[in-house]
Amino acid sequence: MIIKFTLNGRSRKVDVEPATPVTDLLRETLNLTGTHVGCDTSQCGACTVLFNGDAVKSCTLLAPSLDGAALTTIEGLSGSSGSNRLHPMQEAFHENHGLQCGFCTPGMVMTAVALVTRNPAPTEAEVRHGLEGNLCRCTGYQNIVASVMAGAVAMNEPAIGE
Amino acid sequence: MSNIIGIGKAPRRKEDFRFLTGRGNYVADVKRPDMVFGVFVRSPHAHAVIRGIDKTEALALPGVQAILTGEDVAADGLGSLPCGWGIHGADGLPMKEPPFPMLAQGKVRFVGDMIAFVVADTLREARAAAECLAVDYEVLPPVVGVLEAVRSDAPLLFDDVPNNLCCDWELGDKAAVTAAFRKAAHVARLSLVNNRLIGNPMEPRAAIAEYNRGRDHYTLWTTSQFPHVVRFLMAALVLKLPEQKVRVVAPDVGGGFGVKQFHYGEEAVITWAAKKVERPIKWVADRSEGFVSDRHGRDHVTEAELALDENGKFLAFKVTTLANMGGYLSTFGPNIPTNLYGPLLSGVYTTPAIYCNVKVVFTNTVPVDAYRGAGRPEATFVLERIVDVAAAEMKIDRVELRRRNMIARDAYPYQTPVLVEYDSGDPLGCLEGALTAADAAGFSARKAASERAGKFRGLGFSTYVEACGLAPSRFAGRLGARGGLYESATVRVHPTGQVTVLIGTHNHGQGHETTFAQIVSDKLGVPFDGVDIVFGDTDRVQFGMGTYGSRSLVVGGAALSKASDKVIVKGKKIAAHLLEAGEHDIQFEAGVFSVAGTDRSKSFAEIAGAAYVPHNYPLEVLEPGLEEQAYYDPINFTYPGGCHIAEIEIDPETGTVTLEKYTAVDDVGTVINPMIVAGQLHGGIVQGVGQALFENAVYDEVSGQLLSGSFMDYCMPRADHLPNMTVETHSTLCTHTPMGVKGCGEVGTIGSPAAVINAVVDALSHLGIHHVDMPATPNRIWRIIQNAAMQQAAE
Amino acid sequence: MKSFAFHSPGTVPDAFALLNDVSESKLLAGGMTLLPTIKQRLAEPAALIDLAKIPQLSAITVDGDALVIGAMARHIDVVTSAIVRSKVPMLAHLAAGIGDPAVRNRGTIGGSVANNDPSADYPAAVLALDAIIVTDRREIPASAFFTGLFETSLEPNEIITSIRFPIPSTAGYAKFKSPASRYAVVGVCVAKAGGRVRVAVTGAGPCVFRVPEMETALEARFEPGAIASIKITAARLNSDIHADAEYRAHLVTVMAKKAVAAAIQGL
Repeated sequence: MIIKFTLNGRSRKVDVEPATPVTDLLRETLNLTGTHVGCDTSQCGACTVLFNGDAVKSCTLLAPSLDGAALTTIEGLSGSSGSNRLHPMQEAFHENHGLQCGFCTPGMVMTAVALVTRNPAPTEAEVRHGLEGNLCRCTGYQNIVASVMAGAVAMNEPAIGE
Repeated sequence: MSNIIGIGKAPRRKEDFRFLTGRGNYVADVKRPDMVFGVFVRSPHAHAVIRGIDKTEALALPGVQAILTGEDVAADGLGSLPCGWGIHGADGLPMKEPPFPMLAQGKVRFVGDMIAFVVADTLREARAAAECLAVDYEVLPPVVGVLEAVRSDAPLLFDDVPNNLCCDWELGDKAAVTAAFRKAAHVARLSLVNNRLIGNPMEPRAAIAEYNRGRDHYTLWTTSQFPHVVRFLMAALVLKLPEQKVRVVAPDVGGGFGVKQFHYGEEAVITWAAKKVERPIKWVADRSEGFVSDRHGRDHVTEAELALDENGKFLAFKVTTLANMGGYLSTFGPNIPTNLYGPLLSGVYTTPAIYCNVKVVFTNTVPVDAYRGAGRPEATFVLERIVDVAAAEMKIDRVELRRRNMIARDAYPYQTPVLVEYDSGDPLGCLEGALTAADAAGFSARKAASERAGKFRGLGFSTYVEACGLAPSRFAGRLGARGGLYESATVRVHPTGQVTVLIGTHNHGQGHETTFAQIVSDKLGVPFDGVDIVFGDTDRVQFGMGTYGSRSLVVGGAALSKASDKVIVKGKKIAAHLLEAGEHDIQFEAGVFSVAGTDRSKSFAEIAGAAYVPHNYPLEVLEPGLEEQAYYDPINFTYPGGCHIAEIEIDPETGTVTLEKYTAVDDVGTVINPMIVAGQLHGGIVQGVGQALFENAVYDEVSGQLLSGSFMDYCMPRADHLPNMTVETHSTLCTHTPMGVKGCGEVGTIGSPAAVINAVVDALSHLGIHHVDMPATPNRIWRIIQNAAMQQAAE
Repeated sequence: MKSFAFHSPGTVPDAFALLNDVSESKLLAGGMTLLPTIKQRLAEPAALIDLAKIPQLSAITVDGDALVIGAMARHIDVVTSAIVRSKVPMLAHLAAGIGDPAVRNRGTIGGSVANNDPSADYPAAVLALDAIIVTDRREIPASAFFTGLFETSLEPNEIITSIRFPIPSTAGYAKFKSPASRYAVVGVCVAKAGGRVRVAVTGAGPCVFRVPEMETALEARFEPGAIASIKITAARLNSDIHADAEYRAHLVTVMAKKAVAAAIQGL
């Protein structure tokens, strides 16, 4: 079936087999491999993307559900292609050593962006609670929590030059 | 040069950008032209005879390219998956080493054992064919626990392995220990279980294999911590291929923790199958598949006894352990509960006599091998638990008892009674630092506040030492290692003076691209941004043993340091020529070669340029180019150590244990990048906390099924389970590594289980509790509290 | 995933017609349970009929003395709804504890209730509040809806359109969640409406159930202490590697007390 949706700010029209999770559509058809698959029970959160602005697990979202929607993946977060400029949340993860092996990172960053969008000034406890659906095996979460706290501050600052 | 970023600084990581922007390159991201997909058919039974496999129906399904089974493996005369260690029992005989076929032959020995490999044009077609494959099993009774496995009436996994006993291993002076126990004023005893764990790196295992008939050449992309070792084991011993005809690539790897430091059957099968179908084949494990095929960790049942004199001085320590190996010997399997366990039982104490007996046992479970810490957390847990038991029984303060028995800083180097000689350390310094950082003095007030709220609060201490920086090859060889354990590095200076490092360790989260660049920046005075680190490809990197055992910085970093030194030596020769001075008059500092006592100098980049444009160059005595390689084999293990303090609160109504505070003061030697070291400690500590409070791999005793086979049932630590931790370093320098480094990858996991459980037991001590097995789940703690209350009521 | 057809009807009658016309079709709400089930090949529907494009199914309104939540209202919609927060704040609190943020952004109340997972949260609230399950053809009282393990009294091809919650004078929900799955090991919902109290328990047994002794005690005295000594029997309760039946029985009392305390605080 043909679906039309906005992917990372650009309209896309794709012919998909309905029984296709969005993870497969992104990774196999559209070559956007930044969205990762870490489990098969919708528990790990590595595949988190923004679906109409909400953080959702793309392994548990069917491609046909994208029709008419707006999807943002990790590849679309940092803005214009060809630029190395990071989103403030990505920058905060870099600055606070909020990643090690990098596998959970896209899902963590997308969850964090959605969290801060809903709650611009979260407490540490709110951040920890907000990350309950994202597993990380490397960091012990400490620096991820610090990153999200810092990212929240940065996201609320007016961007320089804009 | 202004952007030299050297040792002790905390530059942000060079590798972050690709991961933060979704541009990492993990095996599952790799696509090859005309690629087909593979699925492994795995045994649903823990123990069964394979009566027959009928491929007919499955082969007829659309898209199916091949179905390979154990019979095909045998027909091609392929080898068994090798074990890298051959240990010997107390009787001097070698361990029992039954074959580990890459696809089961005649029998399956655990749920998840591989039966067949199905290759089809699409993943969906491969799955359909895998489901359709007809396997006729004769189901046998399984045995999953070590206590049951060694009973005389237990089912046997292998006909020629009586009592399922792989090896009855011992270490230490049994007679001295027996004599010391006779003199003891007090003997503390403890029985415990070290729970089975599943490492679960967030990236599931995956592999892609491709065969090029024109070159008779294979390429394997695999989620491995040690691609060169995979190539050697697979090519030389399993598939019997010329090693130079095989390239193994381990690109970005999403966490390892030991789980990816073995040569897995899947790697050999897919490489072998790629030639048969002559198309690239991709296999990516589901998480559910990972649970029943990734090698598991820990799983010990232990009895320990500690003999003390009337002042609490440790006289002797005796440990008897049954260690679960699972259904086959994995790459490092038998080494973990023996050589990486017994020698650590001295801890940071002066115990003069130690004896350890380990029975290594086969069961119908996933093979058990190294998981972060590997043997050393188990040893630390036994020792630090029994010290608390002894302290409680002798009514000596737990901290004071530890102080009385610690090795003094000036007593190093210290030869333990169990093989190893510690080169340096300061256990007391770590302990005192941790007491301060944890505000141990304020604990009683916090405990009183908890009590007012109806909660139990506990404080737990654990000291530890680990042997890491694996490993001195000759020493390891005496213990049974069948390979070398050195590391190699090449420093390739480009004509512009920028540097590419080719190193045999593998970066899968440890920050090597940053840390190693700092070392080169520091040594050669080149800009941090001008150094790139290459790893994980046997066609690019000369050789290497990979990353595990907290060895990358210790052994790989040493090789890198040595190779950098060689570059400087050659650079001085070139500089001497260009500056018309004697070689011995050339000084090198911060990227500048200069003639001592003059203002004549050449920059590092100028020297590099001269090496590659050798017009004015001593070609008669010196080769052009500037590239040096070094192999480094350590002369001893390194011995990081430290003190961890956990503070927990128990809600007696639900039995829930909450980790309230965690403090670690660790001696990891020289710190290259403190930000990265802290990150390693955080992650390591939480894996140990996971073992203590949450994680448990549980098998059904009757069916042999893994009951905790998904994240729904295997509890991984999550952000909202944990507090912020305090981690500090209190370093003494390693005396035998070039930079004084000791390693930090595993320390967190080694110190933390005992600290947490000691805190839990402390919180329950008023109920007469002296031990709690891991994980301290709410149900278990509630049950303990209930039983204690009933017992107190009965008394 | 095995292949299936996908339909997005715009009205409930269209959905019903598709359900009837396409054999082996299943309704897709948030997909939080259905999609993992299909992925694990435990279900192989020939078609999915997606309810996401039927706008009126996600409305949250007040109708007389009842709060009406559309079947396709997501957990996050319930968490953030000003109407829910003012009329039955317990429901917002309950919804905020389901799964994790990504689950709450997709999972729906209708899907949860129709699935009747023994450890799902909503069934406890539906039963304690004596809610009405409104379908495309009838209204089913909660007491007649949950019939067993993953079983309800829904007929084949019956579509839940909304849940009608009588607004209680107060209500509270307390959950002891599995640290691994985030589902309820035991969850207890306590609701007081007029002089009557209803106590409903999820997670502990094969299906949500009420505890009459606690209800009686709370009708006499609505405070945690009133039920502290009421222990339910462990017989017929769930037992698994995380919690044995005796522990679950104990937790029912503990969580019931917490639920009462929450109700008194008006959470």
